Amino acid sequence: MSNENREVILSIKHVDITFETGNKKKLVAVKDANFDIYKGETFALVGESGSGKTTLGRAILRINPCSAGEILFEGKRISGKISREEDRNVVRNIQMIFQDPAASLNERATIEYCVSEGLYNFHLYENEEDRVAKVDKALKDVGLLPEHKSRYPHEFSGGQRQRVGIARAMIMDPKFIVADEPISALDVSIRAQVLNLMNKLKAEKDLTYLFIAHDLSVVRFIADRIAVIHLGEIVEIADSETLFRYPLHPYTISLLSSVPMPDPIVERTRRHIDYDPSVLDQSGEKRELREIRPGHFILATSREYADYEYKLQSM
Amino acid sequence: MDENRNIIISAKDVEVKFRVRDRYLTAIRNVSLDLYEGETFAIVGESGSGKSVFTKTFTGMLESNGTISNGSVMFHGKDLTKLKTDKDWEGIRGAKISTIFQDPMTSLNPIRTIGSQITEVIEKHQGVSASEAKKQAIEMMERVGIKNAADRFDEYPFQYSGGMRQRIVIAIALSCHPEILICDEPTTALDVTIQAQIISLIRDLQKELKFTTLYITHDLGVVANVADRVGVMYGGQIIEYGNVEEVFFDPRHPYTWALLSSLPQLGVKGEDLFFIAGTPPSLFNEIKGDAFAPRNEHALKIDFVQEPPFYRVSDTHYAKTWLLDPRAPKLEKPEVIQNLHEKIQKMTDKGGAFHVE
Repeated sequence: MSNENREVILSIKHVDITFETGNKKKLVAVKDANFDIYKGETFALVGESGSGKTTLGRAILRINPCSAGEILFEGKRISGKISREEDRNVVRNIQMIFQDPAASLNERATIEYCVSEGLYNFHLYENEEDRVAKVDKALKDVGLLPEHKSRYPHEFSGGQRQRVGIARAMIMDPKFIVADEPISALDVSIRAQVLNLMNKLKAEKDLTYLFIAHDLSVVRFIADRIAVIHLGEIVEIADSETLFRYPLHPYTISLLSSVPMPDPIVERTRRHIDYDPSVLDQSGEKRELREIRPGHFILATSREYADYEYKLQSM
Repeated sequence: MDENRNIIISAKDVEVKFRVRDRYLTAIRNVSLDLYEGETFAIVGESGSGKSVFTKTFTGMLESNGTISNGSVMFHGKDLTKLKTDKDWEGIRGAKISTIFQDPMTSLNPIRTIGSQITEVIEKHQGVSASEAKKQAIEMMERVGIKNAADRFDEYPFQYSGGMRQRIVIAIALSCHPEILICDEPTTALDVTIQAQIISLIRDLQKELKFTTLYITHDLGVVANVADRVGVMYGGQIIEYGNVEEVFFDPRHPYTWALLSSLPQLGVKGEDLFFIAGTPPSLFNEIKGDAFAPRNEHALKIDFVQEPPFYRVSDTHYAKTWLLDPRAPKLEKPEVIQNLHEKIQKMTDKGGAFHVE
């Protein structure tokens, strides 16, 4: 699919995110992130813990401030100082699904309240009847029953709780969803249910997802495009098929090689490739995200770029 | 199984009950398992299937409201279910049978140095002097891949990364040269790249130190990598066990089929992933018939009435399902896991999604 004619919904422009760590030291959590997310796609951000993937996701929701660069949503800047009205607009249109459904739901509130909370905050209902109808529909959309409304989060299984988390986000009728490791805390069989549900809702409601994950095997199934992030830097972006077919950056290759395969014979001979940054160009030249093939970006110096080009041609 | 291999630990008809608010729940229902010396056995199952609870009976670490209500666990001629006090367990727990837990952050003491946490175990179990214990501890740290072990001896857990912390937990578990190492989801809290390192570290150490490993995991990818034999647990029972190739390439129980089918590695983009409908059975109620029957689309009438026995598939492979009864209808395993090896081979060969050079 050509990316040029597609509508950009979210644009991350040269964003840096830093944290003060005391002693006037700064921790650069995200460095020069620069990419677009198109309307209607699932864009995955993959990296290990500490790579900055959640930090970047939270910056989109205006939780973490950007120290440089800007974030545009539907063409309007949403990072930095914006009017109160615009801020509310962002909160309403960009929702988040969290990793641990047990920790992200108020354990003292009923499911009805948990799901209605956004409606209350934004007065998105005409009257009580309308609100209840909306809650019922949101629960039905995620495969729960209206009679679950009066229960408390602890009465649900992990998979059901994650459904409540999804219903809570969906009831706001958002355009964009940041899903931060939504299935990492779930069992294998339940993971599949939640992934299927997310795919179904995306198609029905014309949503765009930023799917944050550490597991490439899940991402291959759900994502249209994938960005690999390592220590705060995006090292490679490509559409899903390309990334798996022609992985270029040594870190991407290391991630791919560590996905365990459910086959004892294959696993016995499979080699895990450790990421070794010393194979990279050590000349000190600044690395840039360069487009090596249409839609396939790679963080490289000019020498590395030439190496990747050579590798691509021999593949 | 191999008749000339020694059984190191033998659990027979183990039943575990927990008392919860005046009600009893049966977490483990008559599980038997023999472990052979030097092998790696993996127990796989969903959360709540009882896999952790079962192995806790090997080290007497059941929560205080839990009791072993039936069965025996024989280890060196001793029935471990008869041991009561911590004193009885001395010399076994930590010394002969050690456990590595899931989260290295919670299994290490955050306000004590790494070094003191390793030497504590060595001093206690081996009765050596402090300086000898320190020497051994540093040796062990080097063995599990900590660089500059002597310098890092006096550091605290927060100064270590997650992977390094798990290496320390492994060092502590192995510092007394146990005969059995229980790994309870040792890599679930870790990143995939670190997971691969920890798994290969455990394997290398096993070759060197010759212990028996019992893995507990929900990740079939990990199982394929580490295990010689596999047991699948559901609803407090082992429902199928066999050599790793048998369980992956010739699974017989519908639950094993379902677990394998729901792996995202096998998913096809644009199509729904296979998933297991419903929820695991409540262990408060008495389970009638096959525990998996209510979620099983292939369930037979008898599955709801009577518990199936173990049927023999081969000398090493057994499954607890009525489908193996001669009177049962012939059912083919789901399409997605047929020719599994060919499929995965294709994915990892040149041109496949998981091929790397």
